[in-house]
Amino acid sequence: MKYAIGIDSGSATTKGVLFDGREILKKIIVPTGPNPRRTMEEIYIQLKEDKEAFCVTTGYGRDLLEQSDKSVTEITCHGIGAAFLCPGTRGVIDIGGQDSKVILLDQNAFIKDFLMNDKCAAGTGRFVEMISRILHQDLADLDAYVKDAHPIKISSMCTVFAESEVIGLLAQNTPGPDIGLGVIHSICKRTAMFAGKLPLEGKVFFSGGLSNFKTIQHQLQEELKREVITHELAQFAGAIGAAKIGYDKHKSI
Amino acid sequence: MEVRKALPEIFEEFSEARRNGFIAAKNFKETNRPMIGTFCTFMPQELPLAMGAATVSLCATSDETIGEAEKDLPRNLCPLIKSSYGFGKTDKCPYFYFSDLVVGETTCDGKRKMFELMSDYKPVHVMRLPNDPTTQASFDLWKGEIIKYKEVLEKQFDTEISNEAIKEAIQLKNKERKALKDFYALGQLKPSAIEGLDILKVLYGSTFKFDREQNVYDINDLTEKVQAEYDSGKTLEDKPRILITGCPIGGVTEKVVKAIEDNGGRVVFFENCMGAKAVEDMVDENNEDVFEALTEKYLKIGCSCMSPNPNRFKLLDEAIDAYKVDAVVDVVLQACHTYAIETMTVKRFVNEKKEKPYISVETDYSTSDVGQLNTRMAAFIEML
Ligand code: SF4
Ligand code: SF4
Repeated sequence: MKYAIGIDSGSATTKGVLFDGREILKKIIVPTGPNPRRTMEEIYIQLKEDKEAFCVTTGYGRDLLEQSDKSVTEITCHGIGAAFLCPGTRGVIDIGGQDSKVILLDQNAFIKDFLMNDKCAAGTGRFVEMISRILHQDLADLDAYVKDAHPIKISSMCTVFAESEVIGLLAQNTPGPDIGLGVIHSICKRTAMFAGKLPLEGKVFFSGGLSNFKTIQHQLQEELKREVITHELAQFAGAIGAAKIGYDKHKSI
Repeated sequence: MEVRKALPEIFEEFSEARRNGFIAAKNFKETNRPMIGTFCTFMPQELPLAMGAATVSLCATSDETIGEAEKDLPRNLCPLIKSSYGFGKTDKCPYFYFSDLVVGETTCDGKRKMFELMSDYKPVHVMRLPNDPTTQASFDLWKGEIIKYKEVLEKQFDTEISNEAIKEAIQLKNKERKALKDFYALGQLKPSAIEGLDILKVLYGSTFKFDREQNVYDINDLTEKVQAEYDSGKTLEDKPRILITGCPIGGVTEKVVKAIEDNGGRVVFFENCMGAKAVEDMVDENNEDVFEALTEKYLKIGCSCMSPNPNRFKLLDEAIDAYKVDAVVDVVLQACHTYAIETMTVKRFVNEKKEKPYISVETDYSTSDVGQLNTRMAAFIEML
């Protein structure tokens, strides 16, 4: 029996999966923390136990883990991971902790083109984090929190200025959920504008930490004017892609 | 197949040329001959050469003086302009210091307006470059500007520039172009004979050599050596072949080339200004009207300041085939509008007409984006 481990060391969280060529046998997600190498190593040890496994690393910390057999960029891994979770996917939008990316795949799930936004925090998870901090709202309850809210238009294009704008809105007694939903709309709008630079086709697969939130998925769909699908493991797409690459590589050796 | 170590010393010598050139420039000045500082490949180098002057590129490539420049210039401006202005203002660039006259062209808006400020502390002559290379009116205008430039030189340096002297300069520059062309054409070899970074070092370094004949000799010598090693079977490992186009690169922006070559690619052709853009076409030596010959050549430079800009696409078209290019990387300096807007046209051309992958990257003169560049380039090369 052959195994592969995929570890995705992101800016906010590190994800790891154990894969046997067909199924994800185990998955781990932990905050990356100040020492990404150690975090990866801990995940590696927990996944590996005494098995023999080929390990592929990806994400910001992809070159840090000594035990890694290969490092592959998050673009390739997210594309392959998305195609594994949802066969036939031709477009992927990933909103990560500090960047966002759009990936186009061809019919054989090869990466055809991509764009990365890592210069501006306004279309990333960072924005949501900031807002939940100001609103004293746990991120996990986001969907329930903004249910039935009336979104406020956030006009600032930059996270830092948006923060002041939000504080100003709170000072005017604007309800928190309205602001929260406004921020979600703003992120989705930005993401859709960014994604619009590539010729998306058909359904779009949404991955990354924000993909668990129904409100965001729904709003993204509105902005893109096309169906947006996701998967309960979408947050692991990068790690799964890495494991899949590792498994295929291992198999061919 | 043996993996060859490049001819390190010779390449080092070229990459040190800018630094060693300071002394060469000083020595040159001591012979009482003028030095002309230039900012752009549109400047016909034949004219200063014809009066025995040297030309040197003042296009700065580091962020050292950007802080100083931002006291006068807006922050949101292309780093090449800010840095060049800053080096001039602070006198930190010896070449600027040695330049008796600085020549600019009305290329992009940023440069054009920057020259106005620069003329406060340095004699600046600005040539009015038309922006449509296809019309007779543009041709006449540019020809007039070249003649005017000759007159400015004659007046300022109290000399006369004869047609004969210009002819000789044309031949010399053509010889240099031919040598550079033969050198970078080594990039056509597959498997490769030479790393892209080494090609760039030579192209960049050769602009800081003031003895043109010697420069031609050195480049030819280098080309022969590389070719001889190649013929004896020392080739580099085959990798995806990348063409770089876009804004001028060199100095700190070598980081893009490094990001490509450290992540599994190889740059085989530079279309930029430091590369083929201004070298590829010769000046017609048979035209009795030297000014017409110069006008024809210099108006053909495929810079994004031109609109329409057919010549950039012509060169891309030929080079993608001749250099067996697998993919194209378009480098855009932050806040350079003309190249940024043209990325769309280049992308369409490369994707649709040439059916090759394309990526554009925005960068500046800092080193803070090296990680991001690495990820982008690695992902792009994984895709090939
Ligand atoms: S890119 Fe255009 S403006 Fe800049 S140096 Fe080259 S020719 Fe001149
Ligand atoms: S890179 Fe662009 S903005 Fe900068 S000087 Fe050249 S044309 Fe002008």
